[in-house]
Amino acid sequence: MNRFGEILVKGLSWGMGILFLTGISCIMVYLFSKGLGAVNLRMIFGNTPPLDAVFHGKAVFGGLFPAIAGTCLLVVFSVSLAIPLGISTGIWLAEYAGKRMKSLFSLLFDILAGIPSIVIGLFGFSLAIFLHRHFSQRIYPCLLISACSLAFLVIPYIIRTTETALEQIPHSIRITAPAMGATKLQNIFYVLVPHSLTGILSGIILAIGRCAEDTAVIMLTGVVATAGIPKSLLSNYEALPFYIYYISSQYADQQELLNGYGASVILILLCTGLFFMAYIIQKGLAYQALYRA
Amino acid sequence: MRKGSDIAVEGFLFFSVLISAVLTISVFVFMLIFGLPLLTEGRLFSLVTDTWRPGNGFYGIQPMIAGTLLISSLSVIIAFPVSMGCTFLITVLAPGPFAAFLKKTVQLMTGIPTVIYGFVGIFLLVPFIREFFQKGSGMCILTASLMLALLIAPTMILFFADSFERVPLSYLRAVDALGGTPVQKLLYVFLPCARSGIWSGVILALGRALGDTLIALMLAGNAVQMPGSLSDSARTLTAHIALVIAADYDSPEFRSVFACGMVLYLFTVIEVIILRTLARGRKAD
Repeated sequence: MNRFGEILVKGLSWGMGILFLTGISCIMVYLFSKGLGAVNLRMIFGNTPPLDAVFHGKAVFGGLFPAIAGTCLLVVFSVSLAIPLGISTGIWLAEYAGKRMKSLFSLLFDILAGIPSIVIGLFGFSLAIFLHRHFSQRIYPCLLISACSLAFLVIPYIIRTTETALEQIPHSIRITAPAMGATKLQNIFYVLVPHSLTGILSGIILAIGRCAEDTAVIMLTGVVATAGIPKSLLSNYEALPFYIYYISSQYADQQELLNGYGASVILILLCTGLFFMAYIIQKGLAYQALYRA
Repeated sequence: MRKGSDIAVEGFLFFSVLISAVLTISVFVFMLIFGLPLLTEGRLFSLVTDTWRPGNGFYGIQPMIAGTLLISSLSVIIAFPVSMGCTFLITVLAPGPFAAFLKKTVQLMTGIPTVIYGFVGIFLLVPFIREFFQKGSGMCILTASLMLALLIAPTMILFFADSFERVPLSYLRAVDALGGTPVQKLLYVFLPCARSGIWSGVILALGRALGDTLIALMLAGNAVQMPGSLSDSARTLTAHIALVIAADYDSPEFRSVFACGMVLYLFTVIEVIILRTLARGRKAD
């Protein structure tokens, strides 16, 4: 290895690193310089007084509020569907599965985790058609279908984080409760699950972020450009990521485009905020807050 | 002696495993059922190999498969050297605080929504590419691949850095003791030791690129044609699904969507099997 090669490798690495940082900072600087100044109450609520919109269900025109509300509802419904299923599957895989069963099921869940989100959306869409034909004429692609599809999308994340968190528990902690006569179930629910709560919680937060940002699933399962606040689980709704996508191709004037930048800034702050929260929890603060306080 | 409630809870846990497993399989089954008319007409194979001629009743998805493969492999080719460079910096070359900053930035980038990349791409990258090629709309294979490269680079960097960290400390001490330089350490110890991890990172990133919808949909132009050059517009499998469902819900074209879905599902299965084989190899070492 000569001196020239050394310098070449070093130079290339630094060049690539700087290229990467330049790319990402271009995106961030551009977005925040265009969008941050535009975010204000008027952009979110249009001409409707904010308190009326939030508490009295007054319709908001030309504002982002319906999209924000739609995204929040979507996250709440899909995550509350995914949590029980994901966590109990994770517990079973970590604590009850035999070697062969475990390898079979984790193959399946690896596949589920890898399926492109648009294919999950297609599945939700065909599910809606199927239910429409065979069960009820009232079922169309709607909030409920989207929530279910998004739940399918994030279930493998929750399964994986739960399973890993449980498997990482030290053997000494694992055998303490049974040694004192606890049943396997008591051991799981009073010792193992509380002990791995930080891992499970950060998985859930990542799942929330995934639900909030995903566009491909919802665009096939019932999101529309203008719907107002959804009236029921079976109605259409608006969502932030779809709004951004829609504006990028259909904006009519500068004000709408500005709304698009504002929506991007709000979404990015939401997602990075959730990311930081997961990071802090992984560092163990939540464990102390929940169990030592 | 086990109590009834114990058995009930255990039953519930197993039941949820079954639901999750059935879900995975039913995604494929649903696409099979809805694409069944294609199967019974014996046209599934020709659908994949045929080209797209709606006027003559041919709805082959070959151009979309070509578009998908081209855009995603190009993005991996662009992202690979960048990711390698960043990993070298994070692991060995950069001073501690800068390495930590770079790694934090990369981790944070995994949380940025895809639609943001597409949105910024339209207003920032597309005009630039249009000037560069001096023709077309600027929405082309190169534009989509560049943005996609930025999207998948964090995946690769984190996976590479992870497999570099697993290299035993004793090896690194041995290099230091022999008077090796940092670059020699990278090229002759880290790279060979982490080879299978590097492959896994590449496959994982390729899978992400294949499955991504929004960037290709917003930036690649979506023309149905066999891509000829980097400045051509192209349509991916994922974008095709999104466009057809949005526009013609009850047409013969509609069936081709399920063929796209099946192809993407099969890509995923192949990806997962390769990743597992690589991981098993790592464990055996």
